[in-house]
Amino acid sequence: MTALGDVLVLAQRNLRRIPRNPDLLISFTVQPVMFVLLFVYVFGGAISTPGLDYVDFLMPGIIVQTMAFGGFVTAIGLSEDLSKGLIDRFRSLPMSRGAVLAGRTLADVGTNVVSLIVMLTVGIIAGFSFSTSVLDVTAGIFLMLLFGYAFSWVFAWVGLTASSSEAAQAIGFIAVFPLTFASSAFVPPDTMPSWLQAFADANPITTVVDAARHLFVGTPAGTDVFFAFVWTIGITVVFATLAIAKYRSAISK
Amino acid sequence: MIEASGLGKAFGDVQALADVDLSASEGTVLGLLGPNGAGKTTAVRILTTLLKPDTGSARVAGHDVVRDATELRADIGLAGQYAAVDENLTGEENLTMVGRLYHLGRAAARNRSAELLGRFDLEDASGRLVKTYSGGMRRRLDLAAALVIRPAVVFLDEPTTGLDPRSRLALWETIEDLVAEGTTVLLTTQYLDEADRLADRIAVLDHGGVIAEGTSDELKGQVGGERLEVRLEDREDCEKAVAVLAELGSERPAFEDDVVRAPIADRRGTIAEAVRRLDAADVGIDDIALRRPTLDDVFLSLTGHAAEEEETEEA
Repeated sequence: MTALGDVLVLAQRNLRRIPRNPDLLISFTVQPVMFVLLFVYVFGGAISTPGLDYVDFLMPGIIVQTMAFGGFVTAIGLSEDLSKGLIDRFRSLPMSRGAVLAGRTLADVGTNVVSLIVMLTVGIIAGFSFSTSVLDVTAGIFLMLLFGYAFSWVFAWVGLTASSSEAAQAIGFIAVFPLTFASSAFVPPDTMPSWLQAFADANPITTVVDAARHLFVGTPAGTDVFFAFVWTIGITVVFATLAIAKYRSAISK
Repeated sequence: MIEASGLGKAFGDVQALADVDLSASEGTVLGLLGPNGAGKTTAVRILTTLLKPDTGSARVAGHDVVRDATELRADIGLAGQYAAVDENLTGEENLTMVGRLYHLGRAAARNRSAELLGRFDLEDASGRLVKTYSGGMRRRLDLAAALVIRPAVVFLDEPTTGLDPRSRLALWETIEDLVAEGTTVLLTTQYLDEADRLADRIAVLDHGGVIAEGTSDELKGQVGGERLEVRLEDREDCEKAVAVLAELGSERPAFEDDVVRAPIADRRGTIAEAVRRLDAADVGIDDIALRRPTLDDVFLSLTGHAAEEEETEEA
């Protein structure tokens, strides 16, 4: 139980930083709101989504994108902890070895919950509504948070690998931005050129977005829900393994 | 409290530490003195379990640094040159967090935090975010974090590097108080005056090896006793001056850069006598002084280079 205690102490430490850094707070609240509003009112009229209002099409997609980016604080935070010697301090304490990474990724779940609430509130004001059962919506929200958690591990690995916190942030954005746009998140892939459509169809983000859309607004999904969970768990396992290995060697300098 | 023998560590082709023996008994300060890149930080990292040695073994507070790493961590404190504190927390939150990670209860961690903030003169700043602290305040908080559990052994890796003279002096006094209470301290420094003032025993490190070990006085003894130094007004007088001072000193004086240096056996009356004799020989004196050898001289004579000039990165 002391291991869990250590994780909670560190998660609390990571969450405290957020309201004290207005730029971070903005990225969790104002930025998703801005994205929802821009897409609904600027692009919404130009994108045709047969059988669905654009806002209903958009919300699952934009939530997935926001969850994917939610872990960037982990990248910045770990990178700073390494360069400022805090990791050395933690490692010299008689605490659980995995607590630093677990505390980081757990804190991201907290900030992702905040982003999710803010976005759904704005989405609902802009006309979004759930059209599925409470059970489906709950499963959808669970999938979103799990997906965000998976990407926190991706960012943990990036943060430990990059040379500086600025580099970690840049790498994260360069990798995740195209991945989320070249998917079914914002437009139906069948409007894309065929080579890009092939990419979008194979993109796990598309699978997760289609699963979320099914669970939130009832679009047909086939096997997407199952594979969305498979992808999410797979990403978590692979990148948690990579990040933990990197954490061990990064400080054994 | 600290016993290390044959410690070695290589990073790729670079041998950061080779066959290093160290020891410190309870309640004393062991100073690791050396330039950047000498291996001081590597030694501290091995002794604090952050790094596994390639060769050799070490025990700290009775625990083996490899086999009993977890138990060892519960008996030591580490403070470093980076002031490893969280800038986004207040001073109070930093210390409470460290206390809880040492598995003190919530209330105990808070009490200890308040106690240390008082002791380190950070009470007024306890509720402020650390990013608003000065460099000296951060170092004090960092040191306080190392003392949360009243550790038996404290490791201070270049604790005053980059501090202004006043903060440096204040930190020295804090370290002296700590030792007076019975804590064993391992201190690394590239400042000779710091080792001279704080350390009971000093190990001089260069290129990953211990090149000398002993008390400050023993080390100074290795480079000889006191010297009379006379700076001449006119370097033309140097032969005359050397001849005069040779009668006073215990060995033949050396002349370099307008200064005659004469080793002497007995300091009493030496300056007055030297002035009289030089005056009688019509040698103009710009400056005259008796000088005890400093650790600078020790370092220079042991390594052939000065301690604080090397600019290589610490491994």
